[in-house]
Amino acid sequence: MSTRLQFALGAGLLIALAAIPPVASLAGIPFLLTLFTRIVIVAIASVSLNLILGYGGMYSLGHAVYIGIGGYTVGILAFHGVHSGLVQWPLALAVSALFALVTGALCLRTRGVYFIMITLAFAQMVYFLTVGVAKYGGDDGLTIARRSSFGGLVNLADRTTFYYVSLAFLLAAVLVVWRISRSHFGMVVRGACANDRRMQALGFPTYRYRLAAYVIAGTMGGLAGALLANQTDFVNPEMLSWTRSGDLMIMVILGGSGSVIGPVAGTVAYMVLEEVLSGITEHWQIILGPLVVLMALVRQGGIVGWLSPKRHA
Amino acid sequence: MTLFLEQCLNGLQLGLLLFLLAAGLTLVFGIMDLVNLAHGSLYMVGAYLAAWFAKRFDSFFIGLAAALPVALLLGIVLEVLVIRRLYGRDHLVHVLATFGLILFFNEAVRLVWGAAGLTLALPEFLGTWVQVIPGVPYPVYRVAIIVVGLLVAAFLYFLVQHTRVGMLIRAGAADREMVGALGVNIRLLYTLVFGVGACLAALAGVMAAPILTVQIGMGETILILAFVVIVIGGIGSVRGAFVAAIIVGVLDTLGRAFLPGALKQTFGAAAASTAAPAISAMFIYLLMAAFLIVRPEGLFPAAGGRK
Amino acid sequence: MIRTLLSAATAAALLSLPAHAQQKIKIGFVNTFSGPNASIGNDERDGFELALDHLGRKMAGKEVEVIYEDDQMKPEVGKQVSEKLLQSHKVDFMTGYNWSNVLLASLKPVVDAQTFLVSGNAGPSQIAGELCSPWFFSASWQNDQTPMALGEVLNRRGVKKLFVLAPNYAAGKDMVQGMKRTYKGEIVGEEYTRWPGQLDFSAELSKVRNAKPDAVFVFYPGAAGSQFFLQYGQAGLRGQIPLYSVYTTDSITLPLIKEIALGSLSTQSWVQDLDNPVNKRFVADFRKKYGRYPSYYAAQHYDAAMLINSAVVAVKGDMTKKDAMRAAMRKADFPNTRGKLRFNNNHFPIQNFYLQEVAKDAQGNLTMKTLEKVLTDHKDLYASKCTMKW
Repeated sequence: MSTRLQFALGAGLLIALAAIPPVASLAGIPFLLTLFTRIVIVAIASVSLNLILGYGGMYSLGHAVYIGIGGYTVGILAFHGVHSGLVQWPLALAVSALFALVTGALCLRTRGVYFIMITLAFAQMVYFLTVGVAKYGGDDGLTIARRSSFGGLVNLADRTTFYYVSLAFLLAAVLVVWRISRSHFGMVVRGACANDRRMQALGFPTYRYRLAAYVIAGTMGGLAGALLANQTDFVNPEMLSWTRSGDLMIMVILGGSGSVIGPVAGTVAYMVLEEVLSGITEHWQIILGPLVVLMALVRQGGIVGWLSPKRHA
Repeated sequence: MTLFLEQCLNGLQLGLLLFLLAAGLTLVFGIMDLVNLAHGSLYMVGAYLAAWFAKRFDSFFIGLAAALPVALLLGIVLEVLVIRRLYGRDHLVHVLATFGLILFFNEAVRLVWGAAGLTLALPEFLGTWVQVIPGVPYPVYRVAIIVVGLLVAAFLYFLVQHTRVGMLIRAGAADREMVGALGVNIRLLYTLVFGVGACLAALAGVMAAPILTVQIGMGETILILAFVVIVIGGIGSVRGAFVAAIIVGVLDTLGRAFLPGALKQTFGAAAASTAAPAISAMFIYLLMAAFLIVRPEGLFPAAGGRK
Repeated sequence: MIRTLLSAATAAALLSLPAHAQQKIKIGFVNTFSGPNASIGNDERDGFELALDHLGRKMAGKEVEVIYEDDQMKPEVGKQVSEKLLQSHKVDFMTGYNWSNVLLASLKPVVDAQTFLVSGNAGPSQIAGELCSPWFFSASWQNDQTPMALGEVLNRRGVKKLFVLAPNYAAGKDMVQGMKRTYKGEIVGEEYTRWPGQLDFSAELSKVRNAKPDAVFVFYPGAAGSQFFLQYGQAGLRGQIPLYSVYTTDSITLPLIKEIALGSLSTQSWVQDLDNPVNKRFVADFRKKYGRYPSYYAAQHYDAAMLINSAVVAVKGDMTKKDAMRAAMRKADFPNTRGKLRFNNNHFPIQNFYLQEVAKDAQGNLTMKTLEKVLTDHKDLYASKCTMKW
């Protein structure tokens, strides 16, 4: 897809997203803001997953684990009375990065479906850990009494502020992925996806490059987790169940993996569709299911792919 | 000692139940290179069909006999409508499409049979128990699962290794174009293989139904385990799936059986009662991760140099 | 874009009119209507709907509108739909909530919006204790109470050696703790099984047989319960070792477990044959309308609707008089399937608990029969941690 079209789509999406709070308050539908805050946060996770899935060919079915790790870091710190965002958030990112580094080093020894399964395995281990640890609520989850505080800088308890903070992070995430995809580093990661052996023969230590991409994606996932924990004032194991990882994967593919803006479009489309359909009928999955199948069959490249006039490749 | 033997038997039984589901999955994956998440849905539909037929005709065996051909037919229809269009495309497209099928099947089953679930009643002689190990009554039905699992394994071994169809299957997996060029109707072959896979999934569903009850979403929990099994075994290898299923079944059961006791002796009762189930829940994934780190292509990598 | 904005604004203007001078009583009902446990949510909705039928679908002369939302059994979704009901529909009451984790996630936005939440089922210890709120009422029980009653039953029946099985999650441990508070005998085995998704119980059942206990105590809600009972029966343990349970056998799981459940014992604060006029009418009309026995889930939601009605009637439909509504609910003066209730300082009911047995009715349908009253006017243990006084 052409850069110009991507840019146009990205700018359009961003403007539409930025307009949500005034629209919600003008139209008297405050729930719109609640819904879209969630969408924006999940989109950060999708964008980060796309970095490894779309560009690096690393099909992770365990990406929700970073949402969980980021969220639980914030939740556990709050539980112990540490409410400062300046402590909570950097730590959430650091723990996510560390987890990505350790598991990534092992996961990247495998490829294809084996990679899918080993990422799932590590995510499931953390999932069962969170279910089992009674001190932090186990299956009941952990209620967060106060949102992360940043002194007088920003007040996350304000819904509109929180929304724009999340949106700013989404924009940053998109820019980071966009920069990476066009950098030397990104080229190596993409090259390793297309033909790892050749890249290695050319002298690139592709393993390290791919691991670095994996860690960056995990860290950004952790950020989404820290935001989500603040938005729901709550963390629980469900955040990192494998079906959540599956949902993220679906959103990325739906939007168009390997295009910077695709995952954002996919997340918005999927979550809005879910909301609209579930409002129409309790049996909404019987509509959504075939719709998803159809989208997979009709044309590759997801939403972004359908919008492009012509595909080259 | 008898307890240990009994637990091994439990593990073998669980392993063979997993094998029934994993066999079809690995067959389809190995031959058509297709990631079929909807395999669990076929397992669920098989269980529902059997429970429904069995209730209608008041016979477990009629339920079993009726469910399998219907599942075969469903598999064929599904292949022609959807699956056929996925061959040769990226795994991600498979994931997306078959995920959509899961949503559809779960909701369709709810519309047809309601949300409450069904049960599949056993005939009297299967509902009792025998002494396989002296002094230990063991459910006859669990013995039946072991027998059916072994029979399916033998049947698949014979089919793949000693029949013309099996030869075509092996050849088709190695080089699709070449087999087609030799005048074999590869399309029909694939349709049939997918149908057989669906049939195996349904059989697994029917066998599991009397002990696990018939519920919406029953396919998803066990599908993950089946994937673990085929990944440990080596994708596409029926033999690998068989060995891996038994390893997973036995180790998982022994873990649940003896881990709490072992932990209690080392860490004390309170810590053990919390940690043991969490560890045993993680255990299967630890096992898979360990296998993949040591042998990234599984126990029995399928021949033919698939990427 | 501008057109959509305009029409959205018009629609909102139209919507916001009745929001100010609301003619209807609006109730948000959050429960699980999809996935494997949808049958529980459906039963609860049926119980609630039957109460509305009995009320003529009006409260204090005003029409009642119930908006049902599916929480998909996920806490975040539950919270999100709760916020939707509060923000977009401006509901007067929130009810439903079958699962503790969904309720815990949803409580804060409801309380922040100063809206009453009447839980129809979930009763986690946190909300009975430190998180208790003037905006929260329970129409059910606190988790620990039912197993405490069961522990008492075990003592009375002379169980000396007990084997305990429960899933490894918060409620599972609560149940075992509750039972241990009252049970005085020896526990010869205590197993926590994988949650969610344990399929096969053969390893645990072999241990049970090996330990030779006098009785087995289990807590397996929903689908896991029928799996456990089937496997217990198939292993030949039924008839050899008596099985006691809490929240495992009910009118939803019985059609799945069938005859294997016959004779198994459990405790509950409501049984379908409780002898009071409200309950008799409820059970008879429920069976007439839906063609099956109600579960305790349905009964509690019937009571929740009646409790809400008592508040609306007390203020003659003026939904702004929140304090008067709270005072009315605290009186617990409403027709109730459990006979007479009182509320404790934490807004949880003080009530009786009964021992019940799975039995067949005259037509051969499986149902529950009351054997005896175990606990009278029982209060939960967490009320002392609740700082609310009235």
